[in-house]
Amino acid sequence: MSLISANKKNKTNDFALGQKNITMVQAITDALDVMLERDERVMLLGEDIGKNGGVFRATDGLQKKYGEDRVVDTPLSEAGIIGTGVGLAVNGMRPVLEIQFLGFIYPAFEQIATHVTRMRMRTRGELTVPMVIRAPYGAGVRAPEIHSDSTEAYFTHMPGIKVICPSSPYDAKGLLISAMEDPDPVLFMESMRLYRSGKEEVPEGYYKEEIGKGKKVKEGKDVTVITWGAMVKTAKEAADSMENRDIECDVIDVRTLYPLDQDIIADSVQKTGRVVIVHEAHETGGVGNDILSVINKQAFMYLKAPIEKVTGFDVPVPMFSLEDHYLPSAARIQTAIHKVYSF
Amino acid sequence: MNFPLVRCIKEDGNMVDPSLKEKISEELVKKFYFHMKRIRAFDRSAKNLQRQGRLGTYAMYEGQEAAQVGSALALDTMDWMLPTYRDHGALLTHGAEMMRVLLYWNGRMEGSFHPGKRIFPPAVPIATQLPHAVGTAWAEVRKGTNNACLVYFGDGATSEGDFHEGLNFASVLKSPVVFFNQNNGYAISVPVYKQMNSESIVQKSVAYGIPGIRVDGNDIVAVYFETQKALERAKKGEGPTLIEAVTQRFGAHTTADDPSKYRDQEEVERQREHVDPIRRLERFMHKHGFENETWIKETEKAIETEIQEAIMEMENFPKAEIEDIFDHVFEIMPRSIVEQKNEYMEWIRGEKV
Repeated sequence: MSLISANKKNKTNDFALGQKNITMVQAITDALDVMLERDERVMLLGEDIGKNGGVFRATDGLQKKYGEDRVVDTPLSEAGIIGTGVGLAVNGMRPVLEIQFLGFIYPAFEQIATHVTRMRMRTRGELTVPMVIRAPYGAGVRAPEIHSDSTEAYFTHMPGIKVICPSSPYDAKGLLISAMEDPDPVLFMESMRLYRSGKEEVPEGYYKEEIGKGKKVKEGKDVTVITWGAMVKTAKEAADSMENRDIECDVIDVRTLYPLDQDIIADSVQKTGRVVIVHEAHETGGVGNDILSVINKQAFMYLKAPIEKVTGFDVPVPMFSLEDHYLPSAARIQTAIHKVYSF
Repeated sequence: MNFPLVRCIKEDGNMVDPSLKEKISEELVKKFYFHMKRIRAFDRSAKNLQRQGRLGTYAMYEGQEAAQVGSALALDTMDWMLPTYRDHGALLTHGAEMMRVLLYWNGRMEGSFHPGKRIFPPAVPIATQLPHAVGTAWAEVRKGTNNACLVYFGDGATSEGDFHEGLNFASVLKSPVVFFNQNNGYAISVPVYKQMNSESIVQKSVAYGIPGIRVDGNDIVAVYFETQKALERAKKGEGPTLIEAVTQRFGAHTTADDPSKYRDQEEVERQREHVDPIRRLERFMHKHGFENETWIKETEKAIETEIQEAIMEMENFPKAEIEDIFDHVFEIMPRSIVEQKNEYMEWIRGEKV
């Protein structure tokens, strides 16, 4: 890395720059912009991300600002994007690869399973793949077939890659910047439902949120609700409404699905003894089961009720006429909270 | 489609175009000969070691020496090589340590990389390394160097999606990549005519709008000069080339394979007389005044010593540490792996029952 190197201006978090009120998709664009500016090695690759600014406009204006050799419209080929990214990353670049929808990542599965995640291990760290794969995911936006998958568990099961799924503009920006500086590959899942569902004050410029740390989004003593991504909003809504029945919920957004923040889960469950796990992915083999396993190990003797899960069913995500029945709703979560509370 | 087989040395050792001789120095001929003899001796030793239970399953390349050495010698030290599991002859020629290559076939991860050398670990899935070459070459362009990448793959790999994706990306991006195909006639047991309906592999270059060369893969002179031309083109910014080197694998797919089930091995041995790349170079040397018995004897002895030393080094290499299973997956080990490691290490030391 002699000719191109990181140009790190502000190493520390700089909150003095001021705030802006933006959506999650704008926060993602902002993170990419900050890193393209700071680090010459950063390159964005994807389908329609250049001139068009991405199908969700996540890369809007970035090609114009940084040029066609850093924000690149690639041929339509997921395996090509990820495979080319492996070469770029091994040879000193910092590629950020957009897969247009998580449901379209499957052609690249082999590249991720055999190369992206194994290069460090196979070469004892001589060659590494510091890449970020960004993928919009999830149901609830009336998208066409296959566009609504939430298949994070394929990747949490795969050794050698971290999986992040933010639920707010602030977290999205801070976590994406951390992912782009991480020495190992990261899958960064972006909820389509949350892209424009609300605005939040986000610091301008560079700041990081720690990978592998969850966040308490609501404090309560009676029931722990654990979730991530688009379901954070739904779970919070359910938990808020339980206050009418004098049930106070601790709502945890785990934010990183691998590695999981075991402490935040254990601390809360040891306090409440009652747990509801919520995710929109299919139940069998879902990350909810890994959370159950953490609880089993760290807080089994504190449990006062069997753990409830509210998840997507073990069926392909239905087309949008029925997707609302597939997705966990606030009402289903309320039922589960009530069940564990009154056990 | 008209892609004539490029050949410099005929089977009888005569030159197709005698005027080329001035480009072939004694030094170059010696390099060709030394490296081909070296990697063949290595291949045979490795096969024997496997038979004696001193190596795991091993993939042989005997017959493909001209293709591997000729292409590898055309590379500069700063050029990248992306091999498959059958290209360790090329690796050794590009500077990989022999002891490490042996370690790989002895089930040691330490053998899949070559510190300080621009060599990828061998691709075990088929054709997945082609897109890697494109990215690696692209990074060189971004750094402003004129280093190129050479990526190996076999005839079977052309049926995979990654073959198309790699060539398409490279052609669109004008990446400095040489796609070096060794068409050895078989993908394990499936002959190339069952692999594709195309007359040749090289004709696929037309679809990508890139130059394609079909070269006699048993003619090291032709392989060397054609690879060199393709690399020069790449380095001048003129983009990728597809080279099809037509060659033959004399032996099995691996030590776990029995080729007599799918082809007539006696026929292969009869053909060897015509196609063996080392014999062809020997005839050329004999007819063109490069033969030097003393030097050949010394070379053979030096190779034998090198191989024996590498085997000793491999066998004396420190035992694999159990911790290695856990320690290299991430730069910083996540908690789940830390806990699994600690628990297992305590258990194996008898501290936990």
